[in-house]
Amino acid sequence: MAALCESFTLCGLGPSGGVGLGGGLLALEPGPDPDHVLLTDRGRTATLFKVSDQKPLGCWSVKHGQIITCPVVCNFETHEYIAVHDDKVLRIWKNKDINLDKVFKATLSADVYRIHSLPNGGPVVLFKGGGVRTLDVLLEAPQQEIENVISDEVIKWSEAFMEGQQPVLIFTTEKDGDFFVYVQKLKMNSLHRYKLEQQESSKPLSFTAYIKNQIITLLCLYSNDSVYKVLIPLQQNTEEEEQILSKSLLLNLSVSGSVLKGTSFVVLDKDHVAVLGSLAASGEESKECLTIWNTKFQTLQTSKELPLGTSGQLWCYEEKFFFTHGKVLTVIMYKCETSSLAAAVGKLKDSQTPDVSSFVNWNTLGDEELVVSLQSQQSVALKSESKMTLRSKRNTVAKVQPDTLSVGQLLLNLKDASTTAFEDELRQLMSKAQMPDFQATIGCVITALINRCKTNPKYYPRNFLLQIVQTRDLSYSLCPDLMAVALEKKDVHLLQICLQRFPDIPEEITYACLKVFLISEAYLQGIDVNLESVICYIDIEFNNKEVKTEIVENGFNVELEQDIWDTKITKETHLMSDGEFCPVGPQKAALLNAVLHSAYSETFLLPHLKNLPAQQAVLFLRYLYYLYVKCSEKINTTLPGIRSPTINQIMDWMCLLLDAQFTVMVMLPEAKELLSNLHKFVRAQVRFYSELNKIEGSLRELQRLNHQKDSQTYSIEVLELI
Amino acid sequence: MGEFEVHRVRFFGLVPAGVRCLACQPRGGRLALARTDGAVEVYNFAANYFQEKVIPGHEARSVEALCWAAGDRLFGAGLSGDITEYDLALLCAARSVDGCGGPIWSMAANSSGTQLAIGCEDGSVKLFQVVPGGIQFERNLDRRKGRILCLSWHPSDTHIAAGSIDFLRVFDVCSGQTVQRIMVNYHVLKVRRECIVWSIAFLSSGTVITSDSFGRVQFWDWQRGTLMESHTVSTSAVLSLAVSEKEDSIIVGTSTGATYQFQLLPVKMGSLEKRWVRTKPFQHHTHDVRAVAHSSTALISGGLDAQLVIRPLMEKMQKKGYDAALRKFTFPHRRLVSCARKARLLLFQFSQHLELWRLGSTDETGKDGEVLPLCRMPEHLVQLKSKGPEHIYCSCVSPCGGWVAYSTASRFHLYRVQYEGDGVSIKKVPKVPKLLLPAYQLQFSSDSGSLFVASARGSVHVLQLLEPGGCKHLHTFRPPSGSPEAVYLLASSADGHWLAAVGGDWAIHIYDLKCFKHHCTVPTYSCAVTALAIHPVTNNLVITYSDQQLFEFSIPEKQYTAWSRMVQSCGLHRVWLERDSPITHITFNPKNPSHILLHDIYMFCVLDKSLPLPDNSALLMNQSTLKQLPETARQRQLHAFKICKKFQPLLFADLLDENCLVMVERPIMDIKTQLPLPIQQKKFGT
Repeated sequence: MAALCESFTLCGLGPSGGVGLGGGLLALEPGPDPDHVLLTDRGRTATLFKVSDQKPLGCWSVKHGQIITCPVVCNFETHEYIAVHDDKVLRIWKNKDINLDKVFKATLSADVYRIHSLPNGGPVVLFKGGGVRTLDVLLEAPQQEIENVISDEVIKWSEAFMEGQQPVLIFTTEKDGDFFVYVQKLKMNSLHRYKLEQQESSKPLSFTAYIKNQIITLLCLYSNDSVYKVLIPLQQNTEEEEQILSKSLLLNLSVSGSVLKGTSFVVLDKDHVAVLGSLAASGEESKECLTIWNTKFQTLQTSKELPLGTSGQLWCYEEKFFFTHGKVLTVIMYKCETSSLAAAVGKLKDSQTPDVSSFVNWNTLGDEELVVSLQSQQSVALKSESKMTLRSKRNTVAKVQPDTLSVGQLLLNLKDASTTAFEDELRQLMSKAQMPDFQATIGCVITALINRCKTNPKYYPRNFLLQIVQTRDLSYSLCPDLMAVALEKKDVHLLQICLQRFPDIPEEITYACLKVFLISEAYLQGIDVNLESVICYIDIEFNNKEVKTEIVENGFNVELEQDIWDTKITKETHLMSDGEFCPVGPQKAALLNAVLHSAYSETFLLPHLKNLPAQQAVLFLRYLYYLYVKCSEKINTTLPGIRSPTINQIMDWMCLLLDAQFTVMVMLPEAKELLSNLHKFVRAQVRFYSELNKIEGSLRELQRLNHQKDSQTYSIEVLELI
Repeated sequence: MGEFEVHRVRFFGLVPAGVRCLACQPRGGRLALARTDGAVEVYNFAANYFQEKVIPGHEARSVEALCWAAGDRLFGAGLSGDITEYDLALLCAARSVDGCGGPIWSMAANSSGTQLAIGCEDGSVKLFQVVPGGIQFERNLDRRKGRILCLSWHPSDTHIAAGSIDFLRVFDVCSGQTVQRIMVNYHVLKVRRECIVWSIAFLSSGTVITSDSFGRVQFWDWQRGTLMESHTVSTSAVLSLAVSEKEDSIIVGTSTGATYQFQLLPVKMGSLEKRWVRTKPFQHHTHDVRAVAHSSTALISGGLDAQLVIRPLMEKMQKKGYDAALRKFTFPHRRLVSCARKARLLLFQFSQHLELWRLGSTDETGKDGEVLPLCRMPEHLVQLKSKGPEHIYCSCVSPCGGWVAYSTASRFHLYRVQYEGDGVSIKKVPKVPKLLLPAYQLQFSSDSGSLFVASARGSVHVLQLLEPGGCKHLHTFRPPSGSPEAVYLLASSADGHWLAAVGGDWAIHIYDLKCFKHHCTVPTYSCAVTALAIHPVTNNLVITYSDQQLFEFSIPEKQYTAWSRMVQSCGLHRVWLERDSPITHITFNPKNPSHILLHDIYMFCVLDKSLPLPDNSALLMNQSTLKQLPETARQRQLHAFKICKKFQPLLFADLLDENCLVMVERPIMDIKTQLPLPIQQKKFGT
């Protein structure tokens, strides 16, 4: 939860720094040390404050007639202050300097828009013509010519970041209602120009941006009371012509009928933004207030009314808000904790939750899938015609909104592309990690791939599919055709992964997988499957027979068995050594384990199991018997290894298989010995446990005797000491 | 070895009084403890926390605060308004001075121990000078309304912090003025409840720590009057607070029975900035923890559930040993029960009365563990109420059951008890000799013909008992070199020849009763004697010490016996030495001269000298193992210690005759039911 804490006044403001748009301050910048801010007003003065002490530490003014045009910033490396007055005159001074007339001065050849000071990168100067120089470069030749890159666009906002070791500058410009975004990487000297997707009848009022994972997230506050999010990847290799940035709605600034007319805003953390603006309910006078919103839950978290009015500017440093309120500069501290349901119930394990939301937005998924499936149906039915309509449709779509291609449309467009281009495009689509409704998108991608496989029988992007299934949290229902195609192609590795990862596989498919696994022995030898579930218990070396005969435990003693069935010793040992051999190879065992692990419902699985060919059924039962014997060897009746089947899974499958194939098993001669061994083994166990059960009563009686405590105050007892 | 018929007695209704306050002797090894009934006890850290001295309580003398001053002088103050100095040699209240400020709620001594400050009901803080032979009123500090509930001196002795209701004040000792007044309930203005500052501590850094009824532990900067840190540790009151000598750790006790440790720890590894962090919670008590103390190696807490809990700080421990064990004391380290063997009577000592019971009997026999049917129920014969406000120091019943004696601080009573059929008649013996009182221990001779009275300055009086009901003073033994300390344990031989007496200086003197002279002194051992007894056949004196050592001293030969030397050279079993409660009673089986019967709170042991001693690899408590072995295999496993832990907590055990034992238990649950209900705490699922 975010909360506003106590507030205090940092300083009073002069007549120019008053309330109302156009008034206020030029800017507030962080000072040389923590807890310090640099305040530049719209006149001649810059002041350094220590915030917690509410005390000015230094104040500098330019001469009468001059005016500071660019906010004073601090060079964090040298602790010098930099200002520009009268657009072109650069001044640099230190803390001890008093008179700005006497400090370093350089007159530049072009008007400066802003100077950005970066903690490790030094100051960066942005000129009004869009040219960018680091201060060092500029000071080498102050009169150097500065290019004009934006012609007659006007810079509205700018911001600088450090990405790794290089400074990145982003600024937005406007021309005739169109907004453009420029991203300048200084070291690489690359400039990218983007056009911001247009929004009907509203325009951006304020911007803010942050950088994370090589992606700049630009947030725009629009005049329709919404905050939009624009993602700009820094890794852009192709020099294309103008790209159009699509935006997504992040937050709607309305709460229960009243609408916040925001004027400026800042990002607090990944889930919270603070907006300064006027809250207007219908029929009431609007009130200016400072608000904190949660973008994850789309809620207003807290707000504070500012009855004296503000200048519409808001800054935020070190967990403090700064804004003008009436005739003073007010500081409000805030607390902003990650809000999550887990945190609310006290079960938050790790604050580093992944950024990609792992839930599916079913609405978008529905729409896109609808489009895809519709189109594929059409393409099957009216092949030649559909291509025509498709293309024409695509064209019309492109004409209407050339810059906003949804994933579904993109996939449709790619339908006829060449295989390599198609995969490249899909890979690119997948690499945009922060897409909204990512899950749905992946579903669409896989559907597109599968559709392509269906139409082109030779095409099967084996590795690409494996990669997607292994790295993403998918489910069967998200890509229903995937397993069918894999079955068709007998891609057992993909099937194994799917069985392990999908929570919702229909029993029919599970059965189909089982059948495929059981049949394909020879073909499995060289195939790469995940063996981690079998590697710990299976005997890869079949030749070494001496080792096997000595393990005769099976969860209970040999002696015990001998006591009970003296006559059958030879047979028993034979049975044990028989059970020692794994009837299937390790690959097949791993695949069968994946089947044993998958979720199923007996009622739906049973009819399918009845169709299993007799040979396969016996083989499967033999393997289950082998597993069961293996399990019983251990006192805790669990198999070692990752994703190895549990004894309950083994038992359930065994029962299920026997139920389904009972008549076949009874009739089949080769099953007879197996069944009788199984019977003997189970009967031995039942006897053993029933013996244990008999002791249980005695043990309980012992326990009862132990707990029997007489509450009498006097007794005569017999005590024997030995 | 044999079967015993055990009379398992649970009708001794002793309810120990709750712990009211604790005081660690500065730079000393003792802990003073006061109970809600006014009793004061001294525990000796060096002697394995043995309860060395007990000053029984007094109805009119409640103790709200205890402090050590001028080295080893102990002062107490209470709601009677008096400041009392205790005489730790004579175990009584030495002198009292009226504080003149109404009931006294708190008292603290300055760091040099030269001045006492008391906080009174009328809101005044008074300073007293500690002078030889007493204390002297020095001055009043600035008086304001509101009782002073707690006090703490600044280690430099220049300032005193005092906690009251809703605020705390800091006084300048020189000027006597209030230099700071801090409202503690400032942050909870909405709640119109008064905030009681229960406890306060003043650190040398200028930090004042308070604990209050809102469950908070707060750290204040007294000069600025600002709150530096506040920790809410409990939903109910935090009643007590103590700081370690190094001022890097504090312990607080709450009314839910939980105690918490706070430690001053660096914010980061290697950082200079330090903060108080709540580190360890403990829940050893069920009721209010009214008193806590912080020794250099342990956290000590005392609660209204009468428990004294000593929880060692493991980080201060070098090795696992006696000091490293958590220990809980609920019962006194001395016996409150005496037994008339021949008459099968038990005498129970309560704080202000005695109870005489006759044991029941059976005519059946049975196997190990069986409960035999009773043919006669036990019988409560007599209840003797002590008149006056003083509590009983000691009591005894003669072996024949015909005499009962007890002593309070100022009076000594002897009664003649006669049994006619089922009736009992009791008659006070008039004109008992004027003795130096109080008596610290009473012991009848085995023929019930004389009574030994342990008294002050190492002396023991011998009274001759006369039929039909009279007595006369026969002799007084004094240690040849004199001693300031009182005698607290006595043992007489069955043949009436010898008497052994132990005083507070732990020297054991043996007197010859035939010729009334000092016989010898047992070589001194630097630990407290917890029990001693003279063997009826061999006249060997068996002595147990609080470090769990065991000695046998031959009185006729005036030297340790060969067996005792053997025990010392072999060493006792590790598990035996690590037990945490002292042996409180020793007795013998006349039919089996090699047997020594001894017990502590948690076990009863028959020590068979004829068997080999167990070495550390052997199982000390092997009775249950032995019982499972066949007869032939047992022989190899036998060792000298036959320990039975069936009866707990065991307050008294004695041999009635050859194979008949009496065990007096006091189950903790029975005590708990006598205590007021603890604060209800919501737990999951309840």
